[in-house]
Amino acid sequence: MYRYAIGCTLVWLGGTLAVNAQAASDNQFNPALSLILAGTYTNLSQSPDNYAISGFIPTGGDVAPPARGFSLAESELAASTNIDPYLRGQFTLSLGADNTAAVEEAWIQTLGLNNGLVLRAGRGFSSIGYINDQHAHAWDFVDAPLAQKAFLGGQYSSDGVQLKWLAPTDQFIEAGAESGNGSHFPGSSRDKNGAGGGAVFVHVGDDINVSNNWRAGISYLKHTVQDREFTDNSIKNTFSGNSGLWILDGIWKWAPDGNGYATNFKLQGEYYRRSETGTLVYNTTAPQSSNYNSTQSGWYLQAVYQFTPTWRVGARYDRLHSGTTDTGSIDINNLPILAAYSPTRSTVMIDYNASEFSRVRLQVAEEKSQINQTDHEVMLQYLVSLGSHGAHKY
Amino acid sequence: MKLFNGKGWIVLLSLCGSTAPAMANLNVFACEPEWAALAQELGGDKITTYSATTAAQDPHHIQARPSLIAKARNADLLICSGAELEIGWLPQVLQQSGNARIQPGQPAYIEAAMLVERIDIPARLDRAEGDVHAAGNPHIQLDPRNIKTVAATLQKRMVELDATNAALYQQRYKQFSVKWDAAMAGWQKQGDKLRGVSVVVHHKLFGYLFNWLGMQEVGQLEPKPGVEPTASHLAELLQLLRRHPARMVLRATYNDDRASLWLAEHAHIAAVAIPASVGGDDQAKDLFSFFDDIMARLSGGRS
Repeated sequence: MYRYAIGCTLVWLGGTLAVNAQAASDNQFNPALSLILAGTYTNLSQSPDNYAISGFIPTGGDVAPPARGFSLAESELAASTNIDPYLRGQFTLSLGADNTAAVEEAWIQTLGLNNGLVLRAGRGFSSIGYINDQHAHAWDFVDAPLAQKAFLGGQYSSDGVQLKWLAPTDQFIEAGAESGNGSHFPGSSRDKNGAGGGAVFVHVGDDINVSNNWRAGISYLKHTVQDREFTDNSIKNTFSGNSGLWILDGIWKWAPDGNGYATNFKLQGEYYRRSETGTLVYNTTAPQSSNYNSTQSGWYLQAVYQFTPTWRVGARYDRLHSGTTDTGSIDINNLPILAAYSPTRSTVMIDYNASEFSRVRLQVAEEKSQINQTDHEVMLQYLVSLGSHGAHKY
Repeated sequence: MKLFNGKGWIVLLSLCGSTAPAMANLNVFACEPEWAALAQELGGDKITTYSATTAAQDPHHIQARPSLIAKARNADLLICSGAELEIGWLPQVLQQSGNARIQPGQPAYIEAAMLVERIDIPARLDRAEGDVHAAGNPHIQLDPRNIKTVAATLQKRMVELDATNAALYQQRYKQFSVKWDAAMAGWQKQGDKLRGVSVVVHHKLFGYLFNWLGMQEVGQLEPKPGVEPTASHLAELLQLLRRHPARMVLRATYNDDRASLWLAEHAHIAAVAIPASVGGDDQAKDLFSFFDDIMARLSGGRS
């Protein structure tokens, strides 16, 4: 199967009009290549340059809405194939609109160690929760849920190892553990041996009947944080200590007779709860340090309904709760970003899919992620896939 | 990091090691019901079959559901049509299964389309042509000669993987071949009346069937493979049918019937739905009744 997919890719690359897909050639062993292109037209009532989520320590990274007007979204170039009978590899290069390149994924994975074990090493998205290990192009909305932004800086990945085990039961029960450098938010880069972050998760799922199926999970992500920096009101501060995040996730999918081609529905939601305990250093130029404790939560719920082979509509509601934040001897008024607040966002979208490989989406949202500010957002996005036909996760 | 000390790994690994499956029956994971039915014919009560799709589903458009991953994890043998038909979900199921035995290249991995002579291999690979399959048309199950070819390989692999029941598989295969040849002779006789008949199809699903029966495909409701029928394309098709009349418009039972019924009404021809696999309607209960049913529906469509 892979051989023919590769043949297809070669033609796309070379622009050749007709080749025998089975022609013997060294190039047959080239990885399957795929390229994702996306662009957005964005209308915002607030400037994305001042984007922040009130009540939460800023995560850095790519969390703000796209730039106003026309902008290119991340272009993603991916190559993957079997390495030998035991391993496969995947590489994804993400090219930002600002001409920066980032290695989004670079991992090797066992092709089944038997007994339901799968070991992965390298850089990859964590399998915590549900949406986190989906590529942005597979999302049902232009942007990530608000909770993903506040608790994971958008999407969490790590350089390390992941072991998954699938129980030998008819019911899907998957348990996994990850250990990595944990340099991505909520972790920090650190100069120490050993792991900076790790996660454990369990997912269960099944068919209810031929038309309905579901998956649910619980995950825990833990970091030992060292000097994680954030800027508030132009003052630089750092946090060191322990950060632990619980995620509950669930998804239910329906399609009449399980034939989702024309009509299908999915309901998906996740709940996040993070506790951080450690030391906060306020103003690193004239440092003042204190104990720091916080427990914060958030959730989203979204539904997408496909009513013809080409059209889908969706709605999403996001809500965060800044919870309790104790900055000890540091006056919390010096850290205005941490003032108590419950950010919310309501989003609706409609998309048109001319084929399996292209999508045009209109999204309208009302975002109240900052105190005393409402952002009215309209986004029109195209999203296409070139090259080999990828397989999507559930 | 206290989460992943050495002890934790050892506990997890030993947990996994203690779960070697007891081999009672050969577990067969079939992507489509026709291959599950074929395995059942050859294996009888010595095998357990599971079909990832039903005949009511388009096997190109299903999800890598948790239940499929769980079933693949315990499979001893996997048989799928292949030729990219399951490309949107099977690779995910296999990668997440943690089952080395059924990975591509292993004896327990059978891609049925690779065993037969494929038709519709595109000379030009360009997605502007729609969802074309580089390896050719994957819907091989609609030619009973292909079923026989696949049965030969399936039997060999079952013997290889489950030597204890080898004699039984070989005996059942012989019985099946004799019965199948006799049934094919009957279908071919019925099919004589269909030779040369022109047909419009919903999707390029029936190529192997037409190849076998000598029927003529004169048009498709889909403007390009995998692209939904449009009003303008249907109007063009109607014009074409005025010049080159067809006897019927054919679709799979899982296809949306609206375009088919529209064309049938305007061109005054029969709209016929046939099951794409075993279980596609009440009559198609096994491989034999599946073809009995196809022949009956096609013959009915002539009047």
